Amino acid sequence: MSEDDAGAAGAPAGANDEGAAAVAAVEAVAERIEDERDHLTELDSAIGDADHGGNMARGWAAAADAARDLDDPDPETVAKTVGKTLMAEVGGASGPLFGGSLVFAAGELGDGITPETAVAFAETYLEKVEDRGDARVGDQTVVDALTPAVHTFKKSIEVDDLRPIEALAKAVDAAERGVAFTVPIRAKKGRASYLGWRSVGHQDPGATSALFILEELLAVAADRLDVEVPETDASSPTIPDDDPDERTDSEGD
Amino acid sequence: MVGIVVVSHSERAAEGIAEIAAEMAGDTRIEPVGGDGKGGIGTVPDAIEDAIDAAAGTRGENGKEESDGDADGVVVLVDLGSAVMNADVAVELSDAEAVIADAPVLEGAVNAAVAATDPSATVESVREQAEAARDIEKL
Repeated sequence: MSEDDAGAAGAPAGANDEGAAAVAAVEAVAERIEDERDHLTELDSAIGDADHGGNMARGWAAAADAARDLDDPDPETVAKTVGKTLMAEVGGASGPLFGGSLVFAAGELGDGITPETAVAFAETYLEKVEDRGDARVGDQTVVDALTPAVHTFKKSIEVDDLRPIEALAKAVDAAERGVAFTVPIRAKKGRASYLGWRSVGHQDPGATSALFILEELLAVAADRLDVEVPETDASSPTIPDDDPDERTDSEGD
Repeated sequence: MVGIVVVSHSERAAEGIAEIAAEMAGDTRIEPVGGDGKGGIGTVPDAIEDAIDAAAGTRGENGKEESDGDADGVVVLVDLGSAVMNADVAVELSDAEAVIADAPVLEGAVNAAVAATDPSATVESVREQAEAARDIEKL
């Protein structure tokens, strides 16, 4: 098995390696969110209450501390700890949305990080965010970044048989497009929805945070695998004839 | 007996609402919870979960045992926005049978307190009465 297949986004690797990779990812996210604190606050001050940058930076800093303090953790424990810490430390809706969803999705990583568990984790996370926030694509929320990212990740793994690192790179590109999509639409959920049509023309801070998080997961995965971040985009060169949700034994016609 | 939890962004608001509801509540357990845990405005899922468990009698604060064991579930009243989401997370985390009432927090808490004094009260009947508070007209 090549080096490319081991570690953060592949299998098999020891739980210790995966846990260490998960902690490294959390630290990278905390650093990035801190770097982007003013940017996120600026986005939020246009359509919200200007607290997203500070809330997220404080929450992720505490999450990184909590993750670092874990003794020989597995990925599930890291995810659960980070989720609980975000719930306690991030004020407003971002706590339950980013953190609460993580607590529940963490269970999907009980068998470590494999392409299959990563897809299950991503799908469960998205489902929780949608349910909790009662938000769908097009509401100008974090869902607009997560949905294309999760769909693209799943399809890249299950239909296109891409390596997890490539699937993650495509997911990041998809999230970037999702963030751009929040600009020209009207907010239907969260505080920005009180602005009605005045929310049009503004980029959603939550979706932007989700993109930053995904970018850091990709960077850390590439670093742990010691590969270049793949140059790729979310578009697909062919029309697939296989729907991952409706797999059958037959080849179809 | 059905327990009641009052969740507000403000700890003092939660306590005040619980105080008003307790006037009507007999010996129903009403647990107020609120604030960000650091003296500020907000809510914390873990704290709400503890309040649910206390209202359910699974984590009684004074160690007093109910003669018929644990509460018959818990109805949660919440104020706004992220408090609803955090209560939702807490309900999922708690082992107690708990539901959120889609009701105004003060009027719903008073209605729920009255409904909970009915010896045959269930989580559903208490929630229903709490939600009936949506129709209260004041003028």
